[in-house]
Amino acid sequence: MKKVELAVIGAGPAGLCAAIEGAKHGLQVTLIDENIRAGGQLFKQIHKFFGSGVHRAGIRGVDIGSQLLDETEKAGVEVMLDTVVWGLFEDKVLALVHEGRSTQLSAERIILAAGATENALAFPGWTLPGVMGAGAAQTMMNMHRVMPGKKAIMVGSGNVGLIVGYQLIQAGIKLELLVEAAPEIGGYSVHASKLARNGVKIFTSTTIKEARGDERVESAVTVSVDENWNPVPGTEREHEVDMVCLAVGLSPLIELARLAGCGFKYLSELGGHVPLHDEKMETTQPGIYVAGDIAGIDEASTAMEEGRIAALAAAESLGRLGGEEADALKKSARKRMEEFWDGSFGRRVKASKESLSVKE
Amino acid sequence: MTLLKDGVLTNEELEALPCVPGRERMEKGAVVVIECPQDIPCNPCEPACPKGAIVVGGPITNIPVLKEDLCDGCGLCVAPCPGQAIFVVDLNHGNDEAAVSLPYEFQPLPDKGQKVKALNRRGEAVHEGTVVKVLTPSSFDRTAVITVTVPKELAMEVRSIRL
Repeated sequence: MKKVELAVIGAGPAGLCAAIEGAKHGLQVTLIDENIRAGGQLFKQIHKFFGSGVHRAGIRGVDIGSQLLDETEKAGVEVMLDTVVWGLFEDKVLALVHEGRSTQLSAERIILAAGATENALAFPGWTLPGVMGAGAAQTMMNMHRVMPGKKAIMVGSGNVGLIVGYQLIQAGIKLELLVEAAPEIGGYSVHASKLARNGVKIFTSTTIKEARGDERVESAVTVSVDENWNPVPGTEREHEVDMVCLAVGLSPLIELARLAGCGFKYLSELGGHVPLHDEKMETTQPGIYVAGDIAGIDEASTAMEEGRIAALAAAESLGRLGGEEADALKKSARKRMEEFWDGSFGRRVKASKESLSVKE
Repeated sequence: MTLLKDGVLTNEELEALPCVPGRERMEKGAVVVIECPQDIPCNPCEPACPKGAIVVGGPITNIPVLKEDLCDGCGLCVAPCPGQAIFVVDLNHGNDEAAVSLPYEFQPLPDKGQKVKALNRRGEAVHEGTVVKVLTPSSFDRTAVITVTVPKELAMEVRSIRL
């Protein structure tokens, strides 16, 4: 069986940064991803990122993806693409499948950076072609240059709904309206303002009731909801659209952490069941770390820092990095992460993350 | 607050911001209007300004503060803003005309001299303006900065265009 020092599962922003950081400190790193290309969601992110210079702010996600792939190659990371990790057994043995062939890989340390999956929303007509996740629409438009529809409704006003809504317009799709069941817009108001000034009507306290159509979506019915989230009869409105985009949250992809026997906590603020982990991103299973959305849904910018912290901790535990140097590097990564969590948007994420902490 | 209901900043909400210049400064000519009302973690506007006229400081969730006397309206901060929330307003563009420079990320780009619909914060066409400048240097990283003429009284209304 092949042996590596550090196996990183998932080559999105967290996994790429973990692999780069690990290799930089002398670890022999294998980075595994089920997709045919590394980068996770970064190559779909055609917008400029927030943050400051140290977070690569002002740079488009797609370009951050290219930078990270470049760094991964330079750092000498072994990358295994189109490879699914389907098992995680005792003594950190991973079961992989690539082109129909199953192999095993033994790792001294493992970083789980599997990311997240989009939440669905069930309503009459939700299985009609034309109903899709916002991320799916983004994949079609920004990765494959396919227009997923002509006239759309976006459901959800978090940053995903607002940003992808704008990208629909950029792709030439008419975004008829955006609805949000909560009484207020959830994402950054600057993103909402970009939609508003380009003619998109935003309705809060409103949700989708039904998608109608024979073969595919031909219209969508919205309805107002009261303070108890109950539909208000008589407020239904039908909108002629051929596309319903759902941006109603993400859930951490935790299967491998479950297989590994990690402890969990349910935190709706972080997207659901999240592996317990300490400040070093280590789970309740020694030598198994988490980073990025699997450790609680948040931004790519903080995912990158979590990846670095996990890799630093792994390198330190294998004696590749002195305690003082490791502490200083982890501290600066944590500082950059906390800068992101300082305002009212990040504060709740930070509080939830802290409640996951495993006592060292 | 209407902003969190429909994404539209009201004039009252705007005037309360430390990054929106006062009337007196506006009358003097080109100056930036930063429509950034929330404590989001972001500061690329600060290093983008060669004059030091935009201060975010620490923490980076501070709302930017515009030092309106240092700002000469050069517009170098418009494209770097990830929120596309920065505009240049020049009330002295012409006798009765103002010019608004705005970030634009749609295709195709308008041509100089082209008539376009000028849209307010609600996306309503309130005027037909003329594009007087289209800037696309590589340093703007594919965010064009378009300058469009509008009547003076619409200078604080117009925030987008439609071809």
